[in-house]
This record gives sequence, structure tokens and C-alpha cells, in this order.
Amino acid sequence: MSVPHDLMDGLERPSFIRALGLFDWLWAALVLASAVGVYVEFNAALGVYQQAILAGTTAALIGVGWYWKPMRLLSLVIAGLSLLTIALYGSQYSAGESNFILVWWLSSPAAIAWMNGLFLVATVFYVLGLAARGDALSVRSLALGSWLTWAAVTMGFVGLMVRWRESYLIAPDFGHIPVSNLFDVFVLFCVVTGLLYLYYETRYRQRALGALALLIISAAVAFLIYYSVVYHADKIEPLVPALKSYWMKIHVPANFIGYGSFAFSAMVGVAYLLRDRAERLRPDGRVVRRLPSLEILDDIMYRYIALGFAFFTLATILGALWAAQAWGGYWSWDPKETWALIVWLNYAAWLHMRFTKGWRGRPLAAWSFIGLIVTTFCFLGVNIFLSGLHSYGKL
Amino acid sequence: MGEVAGRAGRGRHSSLTVVLLEFLGSMNLAITLLVAVAIASVIGTVLQQDQPYSDYVLQFGPFWFHVFRQLGLYDVYSAGWFLFIMAFLMVSTSVCVYRNGPGMLREIRQFRLRVQAKSLRLMRHHTERESAVDAAGVGARATRLLRNYGYRVRTADHGDHQVLAGMKGGANRLGYLLTHIGIVVILVGGLIDSKLPLQIALALGDLKVETRDIPASQVPPSSRLGPGTLSFRGNVNIPEGQTADIVFLQVKDGYLVQQLPFSLTVKKFSVKHYITGQPSDFRSQVVLHDPRNDKTIDSTIRVNHPLVYDGYEIYQASFGDGGSKLDFKLWPLNGGKPLVSHGSVFGKYELNTSTGKRRLEFGDFRMFNIDQVPGADGKTKPRNLGPSVTFKLRDPQGVAKQYMNYFVPQTINGQLYYLSGVRNSPSEPYRFLHIPAGPHGGIQRFMRFVGALHDTALLRRVAEQTSASALKAADMHDPAVRTRIRESMVRLLQQFANGGYNAVFEDVQKRVPAAHRQAAGEAFLKVLNAALEGVYIDLLKRDGITRPTQQDWVWFQNAVPALSVLPFYGSPFFLQLTDFKQIQAAGLQVTHHPGTIVVYAGAGMLVLGVFLLFFLAHRRVWVRIEPRDDGGSTVLFAGTSNRNVMDFERQFAQLEERLFARLDKPGDGSS
Repeated sequence: MSVPHDLMDGLERPSFIRALGLFDWLWAALVLASAVGVYVEFNAALGVYQQAILAGTTAALIGVGWYWKPMRLLSLVIAGLSLLTIALYGSQYSAGESNFILVWWLSSPAAIAWMNGLFLVATVFYVLGLAARGDALSVRSLALGSWLTWAAVTMGFVGLMVRWRESYLIAPDFGHIPVSNLFDVFVLFCVVTGLLYLYYETRYRQRALGALALLIISAAVAFLIYYSVVYHADKIEPLVPALKSYWMKIHVPANFIGYGSFAFSAMVGVAYLLRDRAERLRPDGRVVRRLPSLEILDDIMYRYIALGFAFFTLATILGALWAAQAWGGYWSWDPKETWALIVWLNYAAWLHMRFTKGWRGRPLAAWSFIGLIVTTFCFLGVNIFLSGLHSYGKL
Repeated sequence: MGEVAGRAGRGRHSSLTVVLLEFLGSMNLAITLLVAVAIASVIGTVLQQDQPYSDYVLQFGPFWFHVFRQLGLYDVYSAGWFLFIMAFLMVSTSVCVYRNGPGMLREIRQFRLRVQAKSLRLMRHHTERESAVDAAGVGARATRLLRNYGYRVRTADHGDHQVLAGMKGGANRLGYLLTHIGIVVILVGGLIDSKLPLQIALALGDLKVETRDIPASQVPPSSRLGPGTLSFRGNVNIPEGQTADIVFLQVKDGYLVQQLPFSLTVKKFSVKHYITGQPSDFRSQVVLHDPRNDKTIDSTIRVNHPLVYDGYEIYQASFGDGGSKLDFKLWPLNGGKPLVSHGSVFGKYELNTSTGKRRLEFGDFRMFNIDQVPGADGKTKPRNLGPSVTFKLRDPQGVAKQYMNYFVPQTINGQLYYLSGVRNSPSEPYRFLHIPAGPHGGIQRFMRFVGALHDTALLRRVAEQTSASALKAADMHDPAVRTRIRESMVRLLQQFANGGYNAVFEDVQKRVPAAHRQAAGEAFLKVLNAALEGVYIDLLKRDGITRPTQQDWVWFQNAVPALSVLPFYGSPFFLQLTDFKQIQAAGLQVTHHPGTIVVYAGAGMLVLGVFLLFFLAHRRVWVRIEPRDDGGSTVLFAGTSNRNVMDFERQFAQLEERLFARLDKPGDGSS
């Protein structure tokens, strides 16, 4: 059967690779070049697993940059500031106490303090943006909150990068990636949750949810400030032998993508309940006008729980692999392990309810908030109340 | 735990099986089990597991101790009921996979080409349009479009209409299978590595838990396991230079002895420290010898770097003393000559000294005692207090006090002290006796001072001199007064030597009416101090020192408080460590977990499955084309997605727009 030619026109789907622009390829080239540079420079110090981690990180960074464009600029700024700081430090840790830029801006305590401050101020603007009477004020306030959040995430990452370098400056055998104690991981939690929120914000072009997302980050910031002021927890300590492993580099970040996603989805759950209530009480009020629709909120909540669940599963299994190497067995029913299982069971039940029982909306929103309480106990409560093998972040 | 309820078409099974499968595969049961596991897990974290039973008795009292023991709460994760729940969960998940798996596979394979127009119209995403293009043209365009978008496409001609079905992301359904089978596989692996066989053997009485603290060689065969145990995790402490071919499995309130198919010799154990004093590395140099094939492996085991041999893994788990050799002096606290002796850590010795009998039991020797002390700038700094030894002294009644003595004198406020901690039980903190070090850091001066205070003749002589010079200064010459003063001085010194200041105060209480007590007490103290000074000056004189220096007086000021508490030290002698040879022991953990590989396989399936489930959507689209008499056709386009409906909505709109972009005009009239 003959088919006219032009009937077949306009059906090509632009493939993902072909849709990439000049900047995407420049980005890939730059990341790749940096990775090669790192490999050439530090090859001797890297074991085969570290090399695999380097390769994986390179691929992931290129992929994330392609998939979510703002990540490219963010990474470049973070890398630029971190390299500047490293140059300012030279080989002297004491430079952190004398150099003006380091003292006030870029040493890890300064950068993390900036992160704290920026997150807190961003929260104020986001809340103002959600609650303000006038729409013009709301839009401007939310925009400001958004910029401040970007800045906070930048400073937080710079703080972590610099802290990494500082640990080597104190003494070469101190050196380790700053994901080893409760202080480190709280900073990590703040930046990861911030980033996960910003991803949502750019994808949905919707900012009012920031008021809730930033609240949970602010709570973490408050703890961080309390923890460093009262316990001086920001001091860089050397690693205990059990933590000296390449596994730490993948187990902990994977876990925090999970924790961050769960935290954000819990706050989306709160937003859902808020809007649901507002729709009944004040259908034309500010909350209803500014928060996304219930359907979208429900969808976001699910997506972040799914993301969190996937990474939490991965992280727990990575943890099991590490435990098999460090503790003599892949599972020891250590309190942290057990609570990770409880968190996992909780979200597994949540997902089953959604898929098989068709639950939607309010009960799941409330449940996702309860999930945050369980997660928080796993993340923090275990360290405070229970003892066990994971006692690296003792309070 | 399934997404598709497979209820229909199973009439051939007997109704009981159906009901049973229905029950086991039901969502409600699954959720109940998930919650039950979660709650049991919480119990296990709140109640500290695998502690000595005596601790539990103290914590809960005898009644609740027994109740909790019956419930297996001291080892929840090995308790029968917990394993039962896990097994139940496994069965439930398996049934779920059994019931829903075939449906899932059908979902992947079948394109549903017989779909009815009615059901397409019921879909959330559907559109129906008239096209001027004939059925074949529409079909060709739709096929190309869908293929370009990554859909697999099948077509069927039903005579009066054609159906074109596209599908994408069917692996999402595989995600269901992988996650659920993965869980079952993990549980099977966990079961292989569980203590279940051991517990059955214990319950049947084939094995008995050994609770006595006896050498491994004396453990009876009923508490021993041969090398064929399916899975275990045991520990053993091996002193440097020694060999072991067993490990101890901690079970309930005792242990079992597990025979290994090889032997382990620890050549050396070492600890590296950071500049701050925290340990940075523990390493055991071991030699593994397998008599079965006479193979010998030299290896260094570190934390995070276990030795793997023939399915066994050997970990650096802990360390301790391996029976260090100790030389020590026992200074009787009445001034006698010290007894020179030697022993080793964990050794027990009967001591018969001039001041009393004691049983000496060495507990532990530590090479480093890192202490955080505040530095000049306010920041704490680590300081190494040097080696220390702990020991018990048991009196003839069997009552023991615990001691901790440092090897070298410690600097406190610029002065050197020999420190000895004492306590009555492990729950108490140590109270430290501070003995000031004499010239050249020695302990002799203090011991001689102690001796002088127990020498009545010497005390008399010193009291005589002291009272004489005091009375002379006061211009009093009554011999009776002099005798009285001398005698009371001797009495005070003896009271002080045997009971410290307390004894002196008690004496004042007894002898002086309440109204005069304070004045009398102060007077007594003055006399006592003068007498002690007298004794000290006498001591110095015998050493050839006639003009005591400032340093000598500082020593005296520090010695008097130590003398005052000496009667409460609880020991008739002071143990001074004079030399040592450290022998360490490596705490090794040996495990045999053949289920590991099974668990990892399950974990791999689980992760892969989870990512397929959440990040891949199973999308289906249909194009139903009904030819019209005028050469055109009626096109019904519909689609569904089981995930991320919002993303699909966008894609569906795009597909719709592209599909119909050229279908409005007749296909043959345009070129």
C-alpha cells in the first residue's frame, strides 16, 4: 500500500542526546577534564574502589547537569569558591584565623554560618511570601527567598568542600570526607534537602511550597547552631578506624538523599493538609491561591517518597555491604540498622497503601508527616537515646 | 502484596486452598506483618540486647526478668516468635508473587489488541477524531510515531476496524517481581545465616550453654560445636605469640565453643594513634594454618580489612591485655621493707605481708591513658598519663577492693604524685590517693614518713624534743606538764596515723565538753601539726638535711593530706609497679555466613526492582481506526500509565498533537 510521503513528516522525536546544546557538551567536557585531572594528580592515593567512585561521580554529575540545567552553574560556583578557598589556605590551616576572606566568608565555619543565616532568612521570606496580603509583595518575597536558598545551598556545599580540605590541613592522617559525624551530616541534610526542594521549584515553577520546605531545613539549622555552640561539635576530629572506608563516601550521601526526600515529602504532606483545610474554610484565601493544587501536592508527595525510598533502600543495602566488611556481618540488628528497617517498613507500607488500596490525599499526607517523625528518630533519636555500633554521632 | 488481585479463574482449586492463598496473599495480612516486624524491632532497640543476665535482673527485678526471658526479649531477633513472623512474612510475600506474578508477566507480554472502544473511551487520556486519511495511512503514521517515541507496537485487523497497541516500560512490572522475590531471597539468605539450627539443638538438649568461667579445654563436649556448623559468629582473644583454633559463640547467658577448621596465631598486635591520642588503626599480624591442606597464610587484619579464607571471615574486633609481665614492690603501710615480687595480668596471688594477708588479682594493664586536659588557651589538649595497672585486693573474708595505679608519677599543679585509685565496686568512680613524689621522683620518703609514724619509740623521742623546745620558748619548766604534753603528742600522732584527722576529731568529741570543742580542736590540730613537723624534721635530719628547703616544705604540705586518708585506702600495703613487659591480645571475630551471597543477590534484585518500579512507568497507548465509507477514518486514541500520570499527560498531549497534525486533510490529495 502506498503512503504519501508527507504523511510521515513531523514524527521524529528529538532524542535526549540530540537535544543537548553547546553548554551541555561544554559542561560534560569540563567535568570530564576535571575528573581526569584529579585522576592524574591523585592516582597513587586512590584504590580501585575510590577510582570507581570518581568515575561514578563524574558520570552522575554530567548526567544531573544535563537533566537539570541549573545544577551546572551551581556546581561551577561551588567548585570555583572551593578552589579559591583551597588556594587561600595554601598549606597552612592557621590561615583560617588570619586571612580576612577565610575568617569571614569561606573557611568552613564561616561558610556554614553563612549557610545557616541564609537558610533562616530565606525561610522568613518564603513564609512572608505565602502569608503576605498583597500578591505583588508575595511574588517578590518568594523570589527573594528562592535566591537566598540558592545562596545557602552554595555556601553549605562550599563549607563541606572546604571542611574536607581543612581536615587534611590539620594533619594528613586526619583527612576525610565530612560525612562522618552528626555535625557533618546535619550540614549535608540541609544542603541536600535544599537542593531537592529547589529541583521541585524549578520544575514546577512554583515557590510557595518553600515556606514549608524551608521550615524543616530551619529546624535542622537551629539544631546545628545549638549543637556547635553547646557541644563545639564543629571541631574536626580524626576518624575512628571503623569509619576509614571508601564505603562512607557512598553510604552516607545515599542515605541523606533518602532522609532529605522524606523530610520534603512530609512537608508537602503538611502543605496538603493545610490546603485541604483552607479549601473548606476559605476557598478563595491566600493558601489556596498560592499553594499548588491538591492533585499536584499529592503527586509531589508520592514522587519524593518514591525517590527517598529508592535511595534509602540503596543506602541501607550499601550499609549492609559495608557492615559485612567492618562489623563481621551484613546485619547485626544494631539500633541504627533496626531503625533504618523500621523507616523502610513504614514507607513500604505507605507505598503499598497507595498502589494496592488506592489511598490518596489526606491519610497519606498525614502518614507522610508521621514518617518524618519515625525518620527523625532514626536519624537523630537513635544517637541520643540508644547506644550501638553507629555511635559516631554521639550527643 | 500485589497490585493485581488474581481472584478470577481459579475454580479448579479446592476452596480451602483458595481461601488460604487469599488470606496469605492479602494486603491486610502483609501490612499487619510489616507493622508487627516494626514493633518487634522497636522493642529490640529500646531493650539493650544480649547483655549479661545479671544486668537484666538488676534492671527489672526477678519477676519481670523471668517474664521477659520467657518472651525472648533479651535476644528478640532470635526469638521463636520473631522468626515466626519473619517466616510468615516470607510466605505471605511468596504467595503474593505466586498469585500476581503470572498476571504481571502477562501484562508485559500482552498488548490487549482486543480492547473495546468503550473501555478506551473510559480512559482518562483519550481523544476521538475524524480523519480524512484512510485507515492504512493513519495506521502507518501512528506506528511510526509511536516507534519514534520508544513504544513497541502491535497491530490487529478486526475486519470492521483496526487496533494498534503500543507499550513502553513493561519492565516496570518486572520491578514488582524483582522487589518481592528479592525480599523473599533476602529472608531465605538471612534464615541460612540465622541462629535457628543452634536454637533447635539447644531446645532439643543436644547442646548445652556453658555458663562457667573455665578454660576452653575443660568445656564439655555438650557445649562444643564441630567445624561443620552452617553459620556462626564468634569471638576469641589471642595473646601475642599464641594460637587458637576455636571461637566462643555468645548464647543467652553463656557461651558455646566453636571448633574452627584452621588455627590462628597472632604474631603481633599494634595500635597506631593520631597526634591527638585517639587510636587511628588496630592491626593484628596473624598466621592462619589449615591442617587439612597444610596451607599457611600470613596476613595483617585491620578494621574494615578482614581476612577471607574458605568462606570464613576473620575480623579485627577488639583488643586487650594478653597477660603482660609485671614487676612490682609492695610497700607495707607501717614502714617495713618493701616486698619485691612479680606476676602477670590475669594472675592471682596470695600475699602474706607483715601488715596483713590479701589475695592480689591483676585485672588489666594499659600502655596508654589519654586524658583530655584543659590547656593554657582554654582548648582541651590530650595528655598521655602513661601505663597503668588495675587489680583487686581481696581480704581473707573474700571482700575485694579495686585499685588502679599509674606507673609514673603525674604532674598536678606543678607537683609530682603517685596516683592510686580505689573503689569498692565497678559502678563507683575511683577515689585517688595522691602520694607526693620525693627527691628524684621516688616514693621512699613518703614510705619512711609512714614508717616513722608507726614507730612509737621514734615518736616519743620526737615528741620529747618538740615539747621541750616549745616549753622552753614559753619559759615553762614543769616536768609533769612536759610529760603530759609529750604523751598527748604521741597519742595524737598515733591517732592520726591510724585514723587520720577523723580519729583526732572523734577523740576531741569524746573527751571535751561541747562548749569547748572548737577551741580544743584547734589546739589539738596545732599540736598535731607541730608534732608532724617534728617527725618530718627528724626524718630529714636522718637523711642529712638540716636546713629544709622551700621544696621540702611543699612536699610536707602535700604529704600530710595523703597520710590523713591513708587509713581509708583499704589496703595494708601500697603496690608500686616497677617494671613491665607488655603482652597484648588481639580480639578476633570469626564468622561463617554462607547465606551472604544469597542475601546480596536478593538485595541486588530489590534495588533494581525498586528503581524500575518508581522511575519507569508502564505506558500503553491504543489507536483504534475505523474506516469510513468516504475513504477517511474515525480515530480513537487513548492511553494509560501506571506511574507518574502527570508526565504521561504531557506526553499524551504531544503524541496527540503530532499524530493528528496531518490527518485532517485527505492523504492522497496534498502532494
